[in-house]
Amino acid sequence: MAPRKYFDEELDDLHETLGRMCTVTERMIADAVSALKTLDRALGASVAETDREVDDLEIAIEKKCMRILLKQQPVAKDLVKVTTALKVITDVERIGDQAADIGEIVRQFPDDKLFKEPEHIARMGDLAVAMIHQSVESFLGESVGGADMVIHADDEMDALFNEVKQELIDRIATDASVADQAVQLLMIAKYLEKIGDYAVNVSEWAKYLVTGVHKEYQ
Amino acid sequence: MGLFQKKNTIEQPQPETVDRHEKKKKSDSLDIFDFSGELAITVRDLDLFYGEFQALKKINMEMPKYQITAMIGPSGCGKSTLIKTLNRMNDLVEGCRVVGEIIIGGLNIYDRGVDLSALRKNVGMVFQKPNPFPMSVYDNIAYGPRTFGIRKKGELDEIVERSLKQAAMWDELKDRLNKSALGLSGGQQQRLCIARALAVGPQILLMDEPTSALDPISTGKIEELCEELKKDVTIVMVTHNMQQAARISDKTAFFLLGEMIEMGDTEQVFSAPSHPETERYITGRFG
Repeated sequence: MAPRKYFDEELDDLHETLGRMCTVTERMIADAVSALKTLDRALGASVAETDREVDDLEIAIEKKCMRILLKQQPVAKDLVKVTTALKVITDVERIGDQAADIGEIVRQFPDDKLFKEPEHIARMGDLAVAMIHQSVESFLGESVGGADMVIHADDEMDALFNEVKQELIDRIATDASVADQAVQLLMIAKYLEKIGDYAVNVSEWAKYLVTGVHKEYQ
Repeated sequence: MGLFQKKNTIEQPQPETVDRHEKKKKSDSLDIFDFSGELAITVRDLDLFYGEFQALKKINMEMPKYQITAMIGPSGCGKSTLIKTLNRMNDLVEGCRVVGEIIIGGLNIYDRGVDLSALRKNVGMVFQKPNPFPMSVYDNIAYGPRTFGIRKKGELDEIVERSLKQAAMWDELKDRLNKSALGLSGGQQQRLCIARALAVGPQILLMDEPTSALDPISTGKIEELCEELKKDVTIVMVTHNMQQAARISDKTAFFLLGEMIEMGDTEQVFSAPSHPETERYITGRFG
């Protein structure tokens, strides 16, 4: 028997559960953006409910990591895998929270119609979905190139947020009746911008997983 | 050169009855090493052969003063052979031949002029299995100092107390100094052996798997002791216990098939080893 058959099985199981948590979260953010574009309250509600699944997966992964640390006392790449898993699930769980918050806003949206086509927010949503997808793929597939793309995409995300913010300020200034809706949209934009930040974190952990060097030292 | 003068002094045939003061002088004349530098041990291009078999190949390493250097690697990798070369224990092995240099305290210890007593006074050793002499606790500790000519009771008492305190066992043993050391537990025996090694005031302590025969509590005590001792002594330790190396050493060197594959800060070696063979070994993929 290979000397570390059970340890490898535990690591595979950890990787598989991480993959599931990432997939569920990725779908949540895609659904949240889609719910916003069409003001689909039911879809928004369903996204908000899925958050519990992500929370449960986070706890399950934490337990798996703790068990591996206790039983195997991993070193070198094994240690990096387990510690980055512990770090990444925190970011992924927050992404889930933000997606759920967007879903909840859509479910309770004050109007039945958006006052205008939310092109920049839609672009932020699409960008968030792409960033999450790429960062998760980098992390699970242990590649550095995709991670760098995500880190660069975040600049566009930040610029879009500033545009959206300015647009909404201007709109409230000219038409106070849309203020409630505009504030909700501003919150959604802020959530998307935060999701971009978390995607960057996940990408940085992906880089750490591959290189063993943390961003602070890169 | 001073070294040769001192060496000659040591090797002069001693009369049967030696004046106490002369013996004391002998002890002083053993201080031929200069440990003022940053490095306690430097190994340069070291090859070691047992007959035809080459057990160590071109070893180069530097062990900083007052740090713990751990040597790890699978059985037969040469780490125990290397630790034994550091106080020339291999001189006793028939057919053993050493090429290269080991610089300790400014001297190449394989130079012809180096006196072995002086070397082993400065480079003590603790073995895997506790090996107290079949005599009292006191006499175990006093054995080395007596060999180096210290006879005064008061002076020996002081050394025994200091050494046992350094080994954190004075309180345990102060009332049992005249009892046989063989009556101590395994962990106590091993710490007594450390105290015995410390009694002659070594600068370097070599430990060849010092805790592999001990229970976890005794192991913990020896690890804590090492942390304390490194304030005054440089420690080189061979260990098969990865967690032990990770816990207590400052530097870790990994050996495989007679070669030193990698040496670095312990944290780096155990978190991001530079060599794939190190990674494979410490993560338990072979060995």
